[in-house]
Amino acid sequence: MPWTRRHLLTLEQLSLDEIEQVHATARAFKRTLQRSVRKVPALRGKTIVNLFLEPSTRTRMAFSMAAKRLSADVISFDSASSSTTKGETLRDTAENIQALQADMIVIRHSAAGSPLYLSRILNIPVINAGDGAHEHPTQGLLDTFTMKEHLGSLRGRKVVILGDILFSRVARSNIHALAKMGAAVTLVGPSTLVPHWFTELGVSVSRDLRGALADAEVVMLLRIQHERQAAGHFPSLGEYTSMFGLNKTRASWLNPKAIIMHPGPINRGVEIDSELADGERSVILEQVTNGIAVRMAVLFLCAGGQPENVTPAE
Amino acid sequence: MPSLWIKHARVIDPAARRDAVGDLFIVDGKFTASLPAAARKRARVLDGRGLVACPGLIDLHVHFREPGQTHKETIATGSRAAAAGGFTSVVCMPNTSPAADNVGTIQLIKDVAARDAVIRVYPTGAITVGLKGQALAPIGTLRRAGVVAITDDGECIQSNDLMRRAVEYAKMFDLVVMDHCQDYSMTQGAVMNEGVVSTRLGLRGWPNAAEDIIVARNVILSEYIGAHIHLQHISSKFSVDVIRRAKSRGARITAEATPHHLALTDAALGTYDVNFKMNPPLRTEEDRQALIAGLRDGTLDIVATDHAPHTDYEKDKEFDYAPNGIIGLETALPVVLEVLVRQNRFKLPFVIDLLTRRPARLLGLPGGTLAPGTDADVCLFDPEEKWLYDAKAGFSKSSNSPWSGQRLTGRVKTTIVGGRMIYSDGKIFGE
Repeated sequence: MPWTRRHLLTLEQLSLDEIEQVHATARAFKRTLQRSVRKVPALRGKTIVNLFLEPSTRTRMAFSMAAKRLSADVISFDSASSSTTKGETLRDTAENIQALQADMIVIRHSAAGSPLYLSRILNIPVINAGDGAHEHPTQGLLDTFTMKEHLGSLRGRKVVILGDILFSRVARSNIHALAKMGAAVTLVGPSTLVPHWFTELGVSVSRDLRGALADAEVVMLLRIQHERQAAGHFPSLGEYTSMFGLNKTRASWLNPKAIIMHPGPINRGVEIDSELADGERSVILEQVTNGIAVRMAVLFLCAGGQPENVTPAE
Repeated sequence: MPSLWIKHARVIDPAARRDAVGDLFIVDGKFTASLPAAARKRARVLDGRGLVACPGLIDLHVHFREPGQTHKETIATGSRAAAAGGFTSVVCMPNTSPAADNVGTIQLIKDVAARDAVIRVYPTGAITVGLKGQALAPIGTLRRAGVVAITDDGECIQSNDLMRRAVEYAKMFDLVVMDHCQDYSMTQGAVMNEGVVSTRLGLRGWPNAAEDIIVARNVILSEYIGAHIHLQHISSKFSVDVIRRAKSRGARITAEATPHHLALTDAALGTYDVNFKMNPPLRTEEDRQALIAGLRDGTLDIVATDHAPHTDYEKDKEFDYAPNGIIGLETALPVVLEVLVRQNRFKLPFVIDLLTRRPARLLGLPGGTLAPGTDADVCLFDPEEKWLYDAKAGFSKSSNSPWSGQRLTGRVKTTIVGGRMIYSDGKIFGE
């Protein structure tokens, strides 16, 4: 099947075949990134606008890096100095960007569903770089890409996602991708942050950290935010760490070959011991590096490329 | 005013237990039992074959936005939308700008209604100053100015003590207190029902428990004080059960359901369509079924639209930022016919009752009957006509409807207010 999507809005709507196509394309780009000249001409002459209406470090830089490696021009939109602070609507902002002849928009927004909304307004491809607590599809794609590099096929693999699932777009994108790829996913965290409704998405919910971690091959930690404490989702960061933080003892329950993942930014000493974050099982920085190749693949495919057409660097 | 003779219609008058094909006569703006042979010759005849003639519909819950938000709707446009939907009386919510918490605003609404409205428009007054839930509005003075009930609709008084005083005070005037039931501490930032769908969409959930707690609070206060509290737009199964049990004890509680809560569920929000965003939110299929059962057994008393116009540019936003509410006057009858009559086998006279006699009785309004001698308000509709609803082509100033672009079954043909034909076949008379 050729790639036909112009937008990447969610992983929920992607088929297993499409996820595999992104991964295959990312693998090809990853090879080009290992050469001395890392740039490919695939998107030469195209302009990609990063419309980031919410703070971001990794994702925004990785999208910029990916676009530049594809030889596209990149314009980053800073919401603090823009007309959105004067009350311009998202529709008007986006239509202006299109009128400025951008070829593609990468959007990060605190409101769930806004990439879908833009995709209905605009004629150019829209890439979701995280919408509220809904989805972060490129993160889900790079996470599963990284898992496959370490484990091969994910069918039947035991994956634990640990932490604030309720407010996590990373969790949702991973849940959808992993379910399609046949992994056995268990969500663990305080009951206030892991509502039972998640079981309807094809995953298990557990409060038993030991049982969940036993023999797991992947543990993915999510950032615990201080705001949740203020809103009464748990009593204190200290109690969270004592109940759910990943430390050496708990890591020893994992499968010996298990990898430890985190989408960042990490709170050292809260959801994960500093030593483990830097330890040999941690693939946290590999995730970041893979984020470039995966986003190159997404930009390339949504701009009309096909997986088999990745051209080597000149 | 010419006499009217509606001929060979299926005449349904719940108050008189009348449901038979026959004629309806109107002389000098009032129903009469018969028309003398001489008068028949001069009467204007309406062919009622294939149509239902019933009392004009009555909606106890609309937002006409005047004064202050006339870009969304006016009493002129809202009343025309009502007439097109078969409604001859509506009760306006007080969340105008300024709020209807003072005699001047009530008088303005009455004056504008007298000048611009094509149907009967009744104002409600606010319970608290500015609908802020802090200090009582001048309830007795509002009563004297002509409000038919008091409510902070759109807002919910969070202080149980203030609500208690409001209900106790309003009881002195036999004034019904209507409440929008929502515990705000549980719904911070919430934009849709809390459950599987909100979990999937990553949207903040509004748990039904936040409605149930205030419904229970109001039941308790109503029984404690012995006063009538009307619960607006009930959406939750648990609330229906609380009301059912309260009524079995004889509590002076009444409640309404909207056509949209009867017809739709949160499953419709999969594409973040803002025309499915309202407060209270669409809930689950279980809740929807409970509302239907509640209407069937009398737990819920009436159907009311919560007609809430917003302009396209106000609604056209990220889901989180779009305002709550949809318009409903022009679609209420076909939607209710579909859900209650066709899908759930309610008898048509019973459904007419929910939209006519019962709302009239609830607030002591005139109308809701075809009794000789009363003002002749009539809704004449074809229960089988299929038509394409285009909200933009409707009479409301706004078009925020989840039914726009859909084929509906059942269409209002003629609306008569006080014996005067106001609306017929897509047109307001004289316009």
